Amino acid sequence: MSGRIELNGEWREVRSEGDTPLLYVLRDELGLNGAKYGCGLGQCGACTVLVDDEAVFSCVTPLSMVDGKRVTTVEGLGTVEHPGPLQRAFVEEQAAQCGFCIPGMMMRAAALLRAEPHADEKRIREALQPNLCRCGTHMRILRAVKKAAQA
Amino acid sequence: MNARREFLRRSGGLVVAFSLAPYAHGQGAAKAGKPRLPGSLAKDPYLDAWIRVDASGAVTVFTGKAELGQGIKTAILQVAAEELDVAMDRIALVTADTARTPNEGFTAGSHSLQDSGTAIRNAAAQVRALLVQEAARRWNAEARALTTANGIVSAPDGRRARYGELAAALDLHVDARPDAPLKEASDFRVMDRPVPRVDIPAKVTGGAAYVHDLRLPGMLHARVVRPPSYGATLAAFDPRSVEQRPGVVKVVRDGSFVAVVAEREWTAIQAMAELARACRWNESARLPDEGKLGAFLASLPSKDDVILDRGGASAAPARTLEASYSRPYLAHGSIGPSCAVAHLADGRLTVWSHTQGVYPDRKAIAEMLGMPEEKIRLVHAEGAGCYGHNGADDAAADAALIATHVSGRPVRVQWMREQELAWEPFGAAMLVRVRAALDSRGRIADWEYAVWSNTHSTRPGTGGSLLAGQSARGLRLPPPRAIPQPEGGGDRNAIPLYVLPRARVTSRFLEDMPVRVSALRSLGAYMNVFAVESFMDELADAAGADPVDFRLAHLDDPRARDVVRTAAERFGWKKGAAAGSGVGQGFAFARYKNLAAYCAIACEAEVDLETGKPRLKRVVAAVDSGQVVNPDGLRNQIEGAIVQSSSWTLYERVAFDARRIRSIDWQTYPILRFDSVPESVEVHVVDRPGAPFLGSGEAGQGPMAAALANAIAHASRRRLRDLPLARRELS
Repeated sequence: MSGRIELNGEWREVRSEGDTPLLYVLRDELGLNGAKYGCGLGQCGACTVLVDDEAVFSCVTPLSMVDGKRVTTVEGLGTVEHPGPLQRAFVEEQAAQCGFCIPGMMMRAAALLRAEPHADEKRIREALQPNLCRCGTHMRILRAVKKAAQA
Repeated sequence: MNARREFLRRSGGLVVAFSLAPYAHGQGAAKAGKPRLPGSLAKDPYLDAWIRVDASGAVTVFTGKAELGQGIKTAILQVAAEELDVAMDRIALVTADTARTPNEGFTAGSHSLQDSGTAIRNAAAQVRALLVQEAARRWNAEARALTTANGIVSAPDGRRARYGELAAALDLHVDARPDAPLKEASDFRVMDRPVPRVDIPAKVTGGAAYVHDLRLPGMLHARVVRPPSYGATLAAFDPRSVEQRPGVVKVVRDGSFVAVVAEREWTAIQAMAELARACRWNESARLPDEGKLGAFLASLPSKDDVILDRGGASAAPARTLEASYSRPYLAHGSIGPSCAVAHLADGRLTVWSHTQGVYPDRKAIAEMLGMPEEKIRLVHAEGAGCYGHNGADDAAADAALIATHVSGRPVRVQWMREQELAWEPFGAAMLVRVRAALDSRGRIADWEYAVWSNTHSTRPGTGGSLLAGQSARGLRLPPPRAIPQPEGGGDRNAIPLYVLPRARVTSRFLEDMPVRVSALRSLGAYMNVFAVESFMDELADAAGADPVDFRLAHLDDPRARDVVRTAAERFGWKKGAAAGSGVGQGFAFARYKNLAAYCAIACEAEVDLETGKPRLKRVVAAVDSGQVVNPDGLRNQIEGAIVQSSSWTLYERVAFDARRIRSIDWQTYPILRFDSVPESVEVHVVDRPGAPFLGSGEAGQGPMAAALANAIAHASRRRLRDLPLARRELS
């Protein structure tokens, strides 16, 4: 199949088969690093990206379901030189150890903050429930998202 | 003796310089009669193995340790910048790489700052001193009158020289000295500061941060078909339909090792699934009854080693208590399954891996492939957090073996989630039995302790340690060996730090390993501290003593007493708080390995008295790591240990039936999620300026487990001795 997605604000042609999970389109065809393979089962959230404004598990979302839609990855939140509010908050709170789960956490948080820009800690905890962190960085992740919500 | 040093030796004007210069040449520095060099300098004494300064002033620092997400890159840069007087961002850091860095074994055991940090600190101080001496010689000035800052040596009269111009005249290929003049803690400008981690910006913006992100020109993607159970051999195999799939480059069969190589990653995954269906296996594994692990371990033949036998006088025992504790097999459970890239070209093999030990992994891969080690280069590239020996080395071996079948093109292998959770070497199941006597004053009079465990290291070094070596070459894991005291393996922290007039501690080492095991963060310390510190609370209760007072009454190490008091005070420990209310407080303490960081933890837990379901509410830790390099990095490590250990302690166990591992995803191996994260975690650092670095990355695992069990006992009057404490039904 060939289709189009609006990836981080830019329309891109994609050629992968329609049943290819979005994760592999992003990583393998489009060369992005942000979305990570963690389980391929929608159980850990390392692959989380936004489709339109919803957080989805890109590892179990076929390309055919996102054709013509807006896809946002952590690369779309900002850059090292010009970080977005969530990225800035994660750096300020040093909210990473290995960091492998962090882009997924940030995209899950981005979906929440788009819907509820001033979400409180209870809402943040609920929203992050699908995402796993193995290093135990949870307290810092919560602080960072709270900081972005208060920004 | 090289020409330059011969020159230095003959030049009368360089007497001062030479007095700073090295002892004997080469490896001889550590020989008898000479003081041992600090940290890893003892293994690699050349200064230029650690630090190079080129004529432009560019500084490069080399460490054999690897970034595992613990922040070691940042800490090493801080240490080097501090002693060199060069800005951190002017230093390039090269980490574990067999072509470039010293061999520092494994990045493990909370040793990185103790070993590599100490080596680099001393080397940096000497390089700086040599640069100052060179400036003094040029200016005919007193070295001690000169100052350094930002890579420049300055004299009181205003003369200045950049390190680059001075370095051009220096030979750093010389042995380090054991007595480098280190900075006083009061002069620190970079160390003991919460410097932001250098690796985090790339990680939060989608930069290439992991081996998973490595994309080499022409790179292929491979997936391995692992057997269904330990030791299974390939009985029948029909690769034809898979070979015909578009995009499949090759199906690899090498003994019982099966893999598929494709142009695209998703193609490789689909082909792997089809190939798995095309394989028939002979299975032979026999696994123990997962529900009766303690009894199983006790039934195995053991090699017993009495690691403490103290037969002092003590008062007549008034009361004797005994208990047994157990832990299941535990998974490292990295969030990112293991990954590696390998490239064989012109007879030379390069492997990028998140291994903890590039040199031992190279040795193992060389043995597996029958290649000389010098033809292989192992380069560390970050992975997801590993917390010990996970699938990293095996994935590297998979990639290396597959690369020999697709010579000329780089190949990337990543494990699937179910492969990681089924095939990683787990943290070993363990059993502890302990008996102690209290005297009439409520002090411990006698202590008898035994711990049953497999080895806690089957790390590489041999081809038989690698899954691919086993499947493809029929190589066998060498007989397991116990890691000796004082660090210990299964018996790590089996000897309590408490003052015990009579004590006997026995390590019962089990050679039979029906389940694949190796190093998991803190090794046996997690279990031994859980058992010792749970039992201390049981004894305190029997003695009618407050748990914190009871510990202090048996501790004479002042630093141990300080962390215990600090944690109790900061937590707001309540003496005499009634038990059984549904809310409880728990305390625990250990000095990791009895020689690294001190850590005390107090916590509050709730127990639903109807369902028995526990919940960790609040945690306060105190840690003494000696001289701190990065206080925020240290807190991050201890916070992580607290949350991770609470997940192990409450929820985790590897599940298996008589033949196969059954916990292969996050439903069947549940770990902590945000709904179980405590409301607050505080870490207080007890500052020890100028004291040696004490490894801290693993110090929190054991104390958290016991503090939680003690809080649950206090909340519910139920003493839980078998891990995990909140057994979740598997869905």
